[in-house]
Amino acid sequence: MAAPAVTPDPGRVRATRRTKRADARAGYAFLSPWLIGFFALTAGPMIASLYLSFTDYDLFSSPQWTGIENYQRLLDDPNFVQAAKVTLTYVLVGTPVKLIGALAVAMLLNSPRRGQGFYRSAYYLPSLIGGSVSIAIVWKAMFIDDGVVARITDLLGGAPAAQGGWVGDPGKTMPMLVLLTVWQFGAPMVIFLAGLKQVPTELYEAAEVDGAGAIRKFWRITVPMLSPVLFFNLLLETIHAFQIFNSAFIISGGTGGPARSTLFYTLYLYFRGFRDFQMGYASAMAWVLVVVVGLVTLVLFRTSKAWVHYSGGNR
Amino acid sequence: MSASTTIPAPTTRPTPPDSTALRTAARRRRGLRSTLFHLGALALLAVILYPAVWMLMSTFKPSHEIVGSISPIPSTFSLDNYATALGGIGGISFWTFVTNSLILAVASVVGVLVSCSLTAYAFARVQFPGRQAFFVCMIGTMLLPFHVVIIPQYIVFNDLGLVNTYWPLLLGKFLAADAFFVFLMIQFMRGLPGELDEAARIDGAGHPRIFFSIMLPLMQPALVTSAIFAFIWSWNDFFGPLLYLKSPNMYTMPIALRAYVDQTSTSDYGAQMAMAVLALLPVMLFFFAFQRHLVGGVATQGLKG
Repeated sequence: MAAPAVTPDPGRVRATRRTKRADARAGYAFLSPWLIGFFALTAGPMIASLYLSFTDYDLFSSPQWTGIENYQRLLDDPNFVQAAKVTLTYVLVGTPVKLIGALAVAMLLNSPRRGQGFYRSAYYLPSLIGGSVSIAIVWKAMFIDDGVVARITDLLGGAPAAQGGWVGDPGKTMPMLVLLTVWQFGAPMVIFLAGLKQVPTELYEAAEVDGAGAIRKFWRITVPMLSPVLFFNLLLETIHAFQIFNSAFIISGGTGGPARSTLFYTLYLYFRGFRDFQMGYASAMAWVLVVVVGLVTLVLFRTSKAWVHYSGGNR
Repeated sequence: MSASTTIPAPTTRPTPPDSTALRTAARRRRGLRSTLFHLGALALLAVILYPAVWMLMSTFKPSHEIVGSISPIPSTFSLDNYATALGGIGGISFWTFVTNSLILAVASVVGVLVSCSLTAYAFARVQFPGRQAFFVCMIGTMLLPFHVVIIPQYIVFNDLGLVNTYWPLLLGKFLAADAFFVFLMIQFMRGLPGELDEAARIDGAGHPRIFFSIMLPLMQPALVTSAIFAFIWSWNDFFGPLLYLKSPNMYTMPIALRAYVDQTSTSDYGAQMAMAVLALLPVMLFFFAFQRHLVGGVATQGLKG
């Protein structure tokens, strides 16, 4: 860097330095609640749980260092393997179905018609209430025994419900919970709709002039233009799906049954940590989850370079 | 118009372009498509709202009639289920749970508004060393599964004797731990013209003054959206109260509801449903009053409901 040609006014330099220092002070003052929270409630506990994951700790006697034993035990624990399997199935099935549904409905709604705002709000409602205990209870009542869902499948000529209905059938609890998450397609749909509004109509008009059909327009215009929103939804929904707890807990009556079919990862973590007070083992489970979610995030970000297009001033 | 009845809708472009005929045909085609659109949209709406309607109507049915009936319309209409639900659980009044939930929700709203607006101002409007790094940390906490922090948090709160108090549930709200709200407010502030604070600074206003007299009044929409979500999330929260609230007179609605379901016989669906409906009532009221804010908040910030 060359020396400035004109020596700056020393008073001015002092003044900017002073405002800079004042800015820094003000910045940290405004940030202080978050800073305290970040170190006391997030960063500190993360380090603590990493330490605990290498120990045996039951909350009453002091932690015993056991090295990587907890992690080794995880792999031999059939419940852990089951929890991982159930959760991955849920993530891999529920998230794509929910997002495809959300996109399809968003595209149908995306035309300046009367009532669009009404449908948008109404479809969004399940996202607002779907995670609540109330809805889990309703879902259970609809799928249990000879309930509404059994009657409807009966009407459609399906097989008669087994004892306990879908709630009691280990093969049917997963579809039941996937349906519950798909029912909440409203939130990603609203985000898709906002994204679709940003796609310039001239692109479609130009494509029509060139003779492109609906399918071609979808893959060549809609998908690329929507890819940042698609990426955002995919990332958030995937991370959320890994952490499903409330509905599985309520529907299985806090057991993860029948036949461990709703033993989701967070449920098993809760059992180990807060029912059996195996805090070390539960911490190891939590860190495995963090690593897996982190890897998924990383993979999504890496591959996003190939399929996510940011046009012009978009971020 | 008389022309509309005589000329059929052309499927291909007619050679002499009679403009009125074309326009009518186009209008009719639009009318047909619009009808199809509304039929489809309403059909989907019926499927989506069915569980909610069924739930609401079930509360007016006798308990034994609930599970097996597809039709939401009750054969006999009674409010007995509500009477049972309002009777409370194990000697504790229903209104105790409502009050507990309300205290937590209102305190959460206050905490979120105060702490997140301060944090957002620092990130959006103040230049200080380390801002970029802290911003990345904040975004990171949005993606982090919270299970990795609950165990040490529980241990510490347990050591401090704060289990079975509301402190563990509220502390994070007052320390801007919900990064979603911070992010929402930052996004909103970035949309406000920078000349405003520029001018205020030239007039000698410091950051506190700019924050209180300029930013806070202008970011009212973001504050309203955050307040609504903070209330609803706190009201619906299940995991936090499940961990920290031990004595039934501290219970919030969702925990009380779960206790009630566990305690009553499985066939007594009527009272369970009535209580589930009552637990959702404030959320529904918020939805009907503020649906534009809620949907708008999701659309612009990608907030989850």
